Amino acid sequence: MSRPILQVSDLSMRFGGLLAVNGVSLTVQEKQVVSMIGPNGAGKTTVFNCLTGFYKPTAGKVVLGGEEIQGLPGHKIARKGVVRTFQNVRLFKEMTAVENLLVAQHRHLNTNFLAGLFKTPAFRRSEREGMEHAAYWLDKVNLTDVANRSAGTLAYGQQRRLEIARCMMTRPSILMLDEPAAGLNPRETEDLKALIAMLRDEHGVTVLLIEHDMKLVMSISDHIFVINQGTPLADGTPQQVRDNPDVIKAYLGEA
Amino acid sequence: MTRNLKTGLFSAVLLMLISYPILGLKLSVVGIRLQVEGASAETLWIIGGAALAILLWHLLLRDRLLGSGLAKAALPSLPEGFKHSMTLPHVQRWIMFGLLVIALVWPFFGTRAAVDIATLMLIYIMLGVGLNIVVGLAGLLDLGYVGFYAVGAYTYAMLAEYAGFGFWTALPIAGLTAATFGFLLGFPVLRLRGDYLAIVTLGFGEIIRIMLRNLTEYTGGPNGISVANENKPTLFGISFERRVPEGVQTLHDLLGTSYNSMYKVIFLYLIALLLVVLALFVINRLMRMPIGRAWEALREDEIACRALGLNPTTVKLSAFTIGASFAGFAGCFFAARQGLVTPESFTFIESAMILAIVVLGGMGSQLGIIFAAAVMVMLQEIRDFNEYRMLIFGLTMILMMIWRPQGLIPMQRPHLELKP
Repeated sequence: MSRPILQVSDLSMRFGGLLAVNGVSLTVQEKQVVSMIGPNGAGKTTVFNCLTGFYKPTAGKVVLGGEEIQGLPGHKIARKGVVRTFQNVRLFKEMTAVENLLVAQHRHLNTNFLAGLFKTPAFRRSEREGMEHAAYWLDKVNLTDVANRSAGTLAYGQQRRLEIARCMMTRPSILMLDEPAAGLNPRETEDLKALIAMLRDEHGVTVLLIEHDMKLVMSISDHIFVINQGTPLADGTPQQVRDNPDVIKAYLGEA
Repeated sequence: MTRNLKTGLFSAVLLMLISYPILGLKLSVVGIRLQVEGASAETLWIIGGAALAILLWHLLLRDRLLGSGLAKAALPSLPEGFKHSMTLPHVQRWIMFGLLVIALVWPFFGTRAAVDIATLMLIYIMLGVGLNIVVGLAGLLDLGYVGFYAVGAYTYAMLAEYAGFGFWTALPIAGLTAATFGFLLGFPVLRLRGDYLAIVTLGFGEIIRIMLRNLTEYTGGPNGISVANENKPTLFGISFERRVPEGVQTLHDLLGTSYNSMYKVIFLYLIALLLVVLALFVINRLMRMPIGRAWEALREDEIACRALGLNPTTVKLSAFTIGASFAGFAGCFFAARQGLVTPESFTFIESAMILAIVVLGGMGSQLGIIFAAAVMVMLQEIRDFNEYRMLIFGLTMILMMIWRPQGLIPMQRPHLELKP
């Protein structure tokens, strides 16, 4: 049986008078796809921002593999293996696709100033490994052909895939995807589903997903959390969530 | 038609308003006083004629010529194939190599003045590529870059004055001191971007200059510090100066000829060339190292950087520090060449000039900066147009904005082979 990798308890985020997230608790099991759903403005992205260190949560605890990480700056949390994509794609637009992937490997490459200046064998090896890793993931997300095009000129679906590949370059343990299917056509959504399943099954990555595409969420999730107006509403397997009267009420209104 | 009339009248009035004070009014010295003289009738006729011409152009000719597509062709543009080939890495490498060869033989064929101007160009290239790290790569608008240049120059001048350091020992120290100042400036501005950052760095540059002017005790105030001959650059202990203290070997003694100042000019030029080639090499490597890619990533998207585990603080500070160190080297060389440093060499207009070189050349592009530095220094040095220098300067800027807003030679993305 898998063990919990991320435990969130009583997470709250207050912006002035607005309580955007109110006592959210989540337990994410290792190597699962866990989705977070809820109506617009429910606070899903705010939870993401709190977990990844972009906001400092007002209250609550975030435990990653036995270590409390709430309140740490974003780059430190990312280094602990929690990386995310953004609702509106955030690529390094002027840089090529493969450069985007190399930047993300910054911490795994040889950053010694003198080594780079004189192109020592160690530096060359490290750069070559970086390129190989990048080539591997470009192939996985089917972007090898456009490796040297600048990221801003790629098609929207390609940009989405590149962003996921870029996250994978950091060798994460938890990948958080903020509405990855937004703006994709049905075929691309199918590809995305296959990609997420592959990340979980072949690479052992835990995927935390915010998504509005219910078909995608229901078919791929191992566990679903429902949030409404900043408060947790329900959680369980897709089947349990689908049959939960509270969830139906929140989404469709009072019958 | 009404629109044409409006534009035409506006242009004509504007032309008269601008050209009357520039061309018409003259200052002349009468005894000890200045006197403003009105324009001669001839000038007034010319201005009036020009205003009429522009009015007629808008009324009668503009539409007709625009319709035939002539106006488009009026802007110079290169053939597409040539433009593309200019951007290929191996072509650029050959251009660099060619430039280096020209630069190496230049002092032995050029006149003294030509070598002097070339030396000045090299200083600006050095400053340009240094600022390019901060502005072009890391995307941090720095208007106070001249401050680091001043720090480098004063470090050398003061070390020579108070501790008797020579040029070659002072050079790395000057670079390090400037880098330290870059680091110190980096801290308070970490949270700032864009306009706010520009204002703070602008202030920093001015603070340095005013401090140097007011610390009269150490820096000599407005009079500056001069560098004694024995501390000037030497070639393995051989001095290129005319008069040196006892015990220092000079070149003309060694050769047994009379003193020739041309040797010194060429020697300084070659030092500058060496520094520039080293700077170009180092920065070229930096751009292909993880740190260089991190700078560019920071320019593109700071939030995404953070989400990928890059610490924006370190990345920014490294850009400021390394960028400043090149200004320090350039400053040290400047002091050696001038033999005298004063605060007035480091005014804001210098910062603006360096920034203009980076923007004109094409942000991030080294070849572009080399060309832009050459163009800008040449514009500055054309004595025949001395009075119209600023006018030409402005005109160049406007033409650039229309013709090539991305710079003379925009930066090219490196093509990376996936299977090395």
